[in-house]
Amino acid sequence: MAVDLLLDVLKRAGAKGATEADGYLIEERSFSARVRLGQVETVTHSRDQRLSLRVFVGRATAAASTSDLSRESLERLIDDATSLARITAEDPLAGLPDPATLIGAVPDLDLVDRRGHALDAEEKIALARRAEEAALAVDPRITNSEGGEFFDRQSVYTYATSHGFSGSYEASTFGLTVTPVASANGEMQRDAWYSTTRKRISLESPEEVGRTAARRALRRLGARQVKTVEVPVIFDPETAAGLVGAVASAASGPALYRGTSFLRDRLGRRMASTMVTIVDDGTLPAGLGSKPFDGEGLSVGRLTVVGAGVLESYLLDTYSARKLGLTSTHRAARTGSGVGVATTNLVLQRGDASPEDLIRSVRSGFYVTELIGFGVSFVTGDYSRGAVGHWIENGELTYPVEEVTIAGNLLEMLDAVDGVGNDLVLRDVTSAPTVKIARMVVAGN
Amino acid sequence: MLPERFFSDRFALSPSLLDQVLGTALRGRVDDADIYLEYRINEELLLEEGAVKKASRHVGQGAGVRAQSGARTGYAHTDDVSLPNLDEAARAARAIAERSATSGIVAVKPGHPPHNLYELDVPPVAADLGPKLDLLRRVDAEARAADPRVTQVIATLASEEVIMYIATAAGFAVGDVRPLTRLNVTVIAEEGGKRELGTYGGGGRVPFDFFLESARWQHFTAEAVRQAVLKLRAVEAPAGTMTVVLGPGWPGILLHEAVGHGLEGDFNRKGVSAFSGRLGEKVASELVTVVDDGTIPNRRGSLNVDDEGTPTGRNVLIENGVLRGYMQDRLNSRLMGMPATGNGRRESYAYPPMPRMTNTFMLAGPDAPEDIMRSVKRGLYAVAFGGGQVDITSGKFVFSASEAYLIEDGRIGAPVKGATLIGNGPDALTRVSRVGHDLQLDEGIGTCGKDGQSVPVGVGLPTIRIDGVTVGGTQV
Repeated sequence: MAVDLLLDVLKRAGAKGATEADGYLIEERSFSARVRLGQVETVTHSRDQRLSLRVFVGRATAAASTSDLSRESLERLIDDATSLARITAEDPLAGLPDPATLIGAVPDLDLVDRRGHALDAEEKIALARRAEEAALAVDPRITNSEGGEFFDRQSVYTYATSHGFSGSYEASTFGLTVTPVASANGEMQRDAWYSTTRKRISLESPEEVGRTAARRALRRLGARQVKTVEVPVIFDPETAAGLVGAVASAASGPALYRGTSFLRDRLGRRMASTMVTIVDDGTLPAGLGSKPFDGEGLSVGRLTVVGAGVLESYLLDTYSARKLGLTSTHRAARTGSGVGVATTNLVLQRGDASPEDLIRSVRSGFYVTELIGFGVSFVTGDYSRGAVGHWIENGELTYPVEEVTIAGNLLEMLDAVDGVGNDLVLRDVTSAPTVKIARMVVAGN
Repeated sequence: MLPERFFSDRFALSPSLLDQVLGTALRGRVDDADIYLEYRINEELLLEEGAVKKASRHVGQGAGVRAQSGARTGYAHTDDVSLPNLDEAARAARAIAERSATSGIVAVKPGHPPHNLYELDVPPVAADLGPKLDLLRRVDAEARAADPRVTQVIATLASEEVIMYIATAAGFAVGDVRPLTRLNVTVIAEEGGKRELGTYGGGGRVPFDFFLESARWQHFTAEAVRQAVLKLRAVEAPAGTMTVVLGPGWPGILLHEAVGHGLEGDFNRKGVSAFSGRLGEKVASELVTVVDDGTIPNRRGSLNVDDEGTPTGRNVLIENGVLRGYMQDRLNSRLMGMPATGNGRRESYAYPPMPRMTNTFMLAGPDAPEDIMRSVKRGLYAVAFGGGQVDITSGKFVFSASEAYLIEDGRIGAPVKGATLIGNGPDALTRVSRVGHDLQLDEGIGTCGKDGQSVPVGVGLPTIRIDGVTVGGTQV
């Protein structure tokens, strides 16, 4: 039915002057429950839908979207898109992908867990409650909480083009999060842990999520600043994933053709230590970032972005690929204002060293567990962010550290990677093992 | 346009039908309930490589029904607004309340907002496209003519109109029509293999013509170019603790991160803020008075009423260094026994409201900005910032300077590369040693994120001196 609706919209857009068009429909139902200190705090039920239309009038393009799927509203959507496309500039490179390159059959990536959703509200609330309870029970210093939360979401994605292509797939998402607060001697520290999966049964148990969250909050108690110094810095898997995400942002097509990326003109060249291999794989069964086709109906395969330190592929949709004289790497994503680029399951491949060995290799250095702020320039690679973690002395984690920054330049940092851990766990759309960088500036007092 | 009439025409929902839905939500032991209706239009135009290549228009509509019982909130939303769906949402929302069979009879009286801060003859989404496209092309030409090192210009014009209407179990209903627009100019400058970016912009709840007045678009363009070109010769930023002078205007993001979030009612009710339980205590130097004011005409962060229908106000957060008040929504004000302050905001109908900032700024002080600069022997002068973030529990916050200079013997020295400044909220403002008389509000570019919800906000600051801020550069 969603497909028929889309195909009808595309046909009507054609009648209003669109020479080519594609449409994307997202339908979602979700539920979330937050429990705080054992009491239900917020329960949310939602139903969302959004139809986005992209039209081409000759070589000019525009987009429109609506959450109102009534006939009258869709008529207006078509009018908005086609009239906007008449005022935008002609661009010889604008257009849909070659129909011959579109995906044939939509592969089943095992993204749905229908039975997982079959819990009533009370049972879902109980999962959130168990997770928070586990956190509160770990230690008397866990004195407060911002709550435990469970959510699940069922999504249906449908894509169609004026060439007659249509495809659709469903996906489930389940999540558990706990945010406890630890306090001692007048100091308060908050941290969180989470698990997000396509299958409810694959979620870490509520007790595991709660206990991990509590341990993370507790280990921050007693944190202090350190003196400003240049030392080896080890990123834990969570913060290392952020580094990998930064590489992806710089490797994305729109940033490259606009000249706003430090990876411009580096394709095929070395950009990182040979220990660094980054793969984006949209085909992982039940993967959180997996999808059978991208936002333009192209198959989403396994893409090596960085292979042993060499920049092998950019993340491209059809338009940015044409702008760069390349072919799409099938990473188109629908955004509010049209088509952009996104990764799927982005992974820094595991290395040989255990995280303990990496820490043992440092005489004096900084083990980072959280980064805050937006101090990354994708134009220059300059990097400066607020950091929380532990100080390493003689190969061992000693006291917790806060109110410091770490700074460098992403290209220099990636080149200075001299250790990659063997502790890779795919627990989010972007994942990494522990990473060691030979030197960075830690600013404190 | 009256929001009440708009929604009754569009969804065939009369006030008496809303009463009925509220009645459904209230049938249970519920302390409060409301229905929020929203219709929004967003328009975006983007110029790159000298041409307007992207244009888009988005329509969103939906309704959220909320029921509250003690500290519990049940919330249901749907973008298919019909009476059966609203009734179902109301039933889902009230499921949080313990079952009890009180009848829910509500008669809602429509009212009017107490302010009229941004009524426009021609709202920005309704303005003709021709002049908008023309403006973007003129920005492009102006930026390229300004400096030969400019190699790329990206200009965006985003316009929005939100029509909202809220009916509450407290017995009142009120609506608001909220225009918003923003022009942003990003420039890349290149020289000798180096590439740098400059960005500047502004706007507010103003008509499109705002950009054409007082040479505003030329100013935005010139600033973006100046920043990009300046950075081409920036040196490495220093690392370590030093005296920092913040310029007026947008550096007020310091207040937003250092104290603003920590003074939101929800965190304080839960006791998880570094400022919890500190009302009446000294949390800043006596030179510091910070207010959150949602009533400034045409500002980006202003609202006639908040998203719960409470009139916005001018709320003093810190007065002469003493913590005076929190920002509250209805839920947290009820639970804390404090007045609602008009700070209950939400990104859209898809989210329940929570306490948020509007326009947050520090009042002017006695000093001339030049004297403040002259008082510093060695330090950092920061005038433009990117984003910031705070951990409200530990109080640690960061904000990233995008334009900063070394201060040498009281004078502005070499420009430095972007660096993150880090501090501790309850402590940072106690180190404010000079406050200038040059209070400025920002140009209208701020968006604040909290718990996954984004809302437009404003900030403001006079020139201030802070003694002992950690600067995250690379120059040890």
